[in-house]
Amino acid sequence: MKLASLPTSLPRKVVGIKSGCATAQRLMELGVIRGLEVEVLGRAPFGDPLRVRLGTTTVALRSTEASLIEVDE
Amino acid sequence: MTLMPTEGTSGCGDCSVTTSNRPPTALTIGGASAPIALIGNPNTGKTTLFNALTGYRRHVANYAGVTVETARGPLLGGPRQIELLDLPGTYSLSPISPDEALVRDILTDPKAELHPAGVLVIVDATHLRRNLYLVGQLLELNRPVVIAVNMTDVARTQGLEIDCRLLSERLGAAVIPIVATRQATLAPLRDALQALVDEPRPPTPSVALPAVGDRTPDDVQARYGWVDAILVDVLRRVSPARVGWSERLDRVLTHRVGGLAILLAVLFLVFQALFSWAGPMMDVIELGVGWLSATTESALPAGLVRDFVVNGLIGGVGSVIVFLPQIALLFLFIAILEDSGYLARAAFMLDRVMRAFGLTGRAFIPLLSAHACAIPAIMGTRTIADRRERLVTILIAPFMSCSARLPVYTLFIAAFIPALSLGVIGLQGLVMFAMYLVGVAVALPIAWLLRRSAFAGAAPPLILELPTYQWPKLRTIWQRVSLACLSFLRRAGTIIVVMNAIIWALGTYPRSPAAEAAVLQQASTEGWPAERVEATLAFARLEASCLGRLGHGIEPVVQHLGWDWRLGVAVLSSFPAREVVISTLGILYRLGSDVNESSAGWDDVLHGARHADGRPVFTIPVALSIMVFFALCAQCSSTLVTIGNETRSWRWPLISFFGMTALATLAAWVVYQVGSRVL
Repeated sequence: MKLASLPTSLPRKVVGIKSGCATAQRLMELGVIRGLEVEVLGRAPFGDPLRVRLGTTTVALRSTEASLIEVDE
Repeated sequence: MTLMPTEGTSGCGDCSVTTSNRPPTALTIGGASAPIALIGNPNTGKTTLFNALTGYRRHVANYAGVTVETARGPLLGGPRQIELLDLPGTYSLSPISPDEALVRDILTDPKAELHPAGVLVIVDATHLRRNLYLVGQLLELNRPVVIAVNMTDVARTQGLEIDCRLLSERLGAAVIPIVATRQATLAPLRDALQALVDEPRPPTPSVALPAVGDRTPDDVQARYGWVDAILVDVLRRVSPARVGWSERLDRVLTHRVGGLAILLAVLFLVFQALFSWAGPMMDVIELGVGWLSATTESALPAGLVRDFVVNGLIGGVGSVIVFLPQIALLFLFIAILEDSGYLARAAFMLDRVMRAFGLTGRAFIPLLSAHACAIPAIMGTRTIADRRERLVTILIAPFMSCSARLPVYTLFIAAFIPALSLGVIGLQGLVMFAMYLVGVAVALPIAWLLRRSAFAGAAPPLILELPTYQWPKLRTIWQRVSLACLSFLRRAGTIIVVMNAIIWALGTYPRSPAAEAAVLQQASTEGWPAERVEATLAFARLEASCLGRLGHGIEPVVQHLGWDWRLGVAVLSSFPAREVVISTLGILYRLGSDVNESSAGWDDVLHGARHADGRPVFTIPVALSIMVFFALCAQCSSTLVTIGNETRSWRWPLISFFGMTALATLAAWVVYQVGSRVL
């Protein structure tokens, strides 16, 4: 399942990331690698971007970026 | 606020600093060798630590044509003089933005101008794992390193315990727990830095660093494997994690409906406050200036010297420094919004709006700070990774109403917009808010156009950290506000004085004895009162001067905007800096009117200004036309120079200047033509 379609407040583990772009590179450097606990904390007023917890870090990601991250079901 | 290329303020994302154009002499300063670089992830308290270690003595230098946003300052309290170099925040030494590339270059290139002798890396105890990634990359460079673990107090309240001694053993480098906001915790760090300079030795990590590059997922995975091996028994959770207050606050402040309402209310309050809170302070300054010029006027003998001192110097500079309280307030609000962490939330909430124009929420941060000054905002775009987005942001930043426009708005709104109030909302504040919206309303469609023409490309990504909220630090805020005020005053004392002197001279010479004689002749035959004689004489002198001739030359153009020739001259004269228009207006309308007292308030000057046929020069449509012109024009040489530096081309500043001037003229024309028919 992609992080972008994860419901709010449901922590899940990262199982993979679609690499090959600078965005994926940066997400991985922020710790988004297999096993990291991630969670969608909320959505912006217009539904996008998402407020996401990556381990201990809170970041804003657009659905496009959040779709790079695969989490377990 | 507009700035000269040689001096000014710089926002650099996390702190405002004065810049000086001192050329780099050598890397040795005061006997110390190469500096120690301070690096760290963004939002780790890096600037707070820098300020605490250097006693707020920072200065930024321009190096070899580029304005490097690296502040330097002396490390206080040690036997040896050590210089600290504050580098931009970075998550990794594999850069994706110009800012990060700078950090990588300085650290890895031994020939780089600021190549440090050693590195102080600050890590956030509450995000230790992520921060150690950068530390790992740093250790691979094999340079002497000291690691400061900041916010150990916050980590403890979150139930985290960090064994710094064990961490130090594993990393093979000094690890010092600190709380950057508390001086008492910094003494061991100072000692460690002294030791690093006395006996520089490369780190000797006991857990072998992975021999990898940076470019593949496996590389990153391997380095995080190293981080996790380091962290075993170093980082322990002693009590269960709970939802922090910052997250609870975010549920309200970034709420899909409530959050947006709060954001709009905050922005509106800021602009409303600019108008209402600054008023009393401005009155005090205006009184002081009035008193000073009245006193000077009575102390000096009548003549050219008195004329110059009273009208050219005191009148001109005084009319500008009246706006100091507003500029202080504006920088205060923006510093608070940024330092507290709220600005990142605003960027998050507005990302969807910005996306419609081909930008991301990240661009919102420099664009908001451009309301204080476009120059730090333009330099602040270096944190934007996407090149096209960065360039578009640079080009639209000058449309944001900076603090140099504030005096123009304030002046005309106070004089021509009635002080009605609708409940708590004043009409004057509302018009002010509208003027700020004009800039935004024009800038966003231009961004849209640019993203579809010169900078067409895929939508840039958004990865924006939302740092834990924190109370704004008083000293940081104070530093930013005071530096902004000092820079404004310095400019009032230099460029504005020079421009005033030139304007005054051009408006006084050459004199025309024939024209003066004609006035005196007419006066004596018609028996005018002395006041009228004086006023008519002054006007005749002004018309005969260089400025008068120039003004009459451009009058056929500017009259379509509702301006008389003096207004046209005032606008021309403010090319170096927008605020100059205020002092020029003051000089011109005082020179050529019966309001020849520089102690007379702005209201009297503006309402007293007359066309040759006796019609008032300033009406509401004229006031709106001039305000709209200033909202959209590019009258700031320093901004243009900065655009040139940051885009590394002379094309973009030229396009900016001519494009914005054309747009401003067109908009002023529409506003005047429509306004004079409707109002």
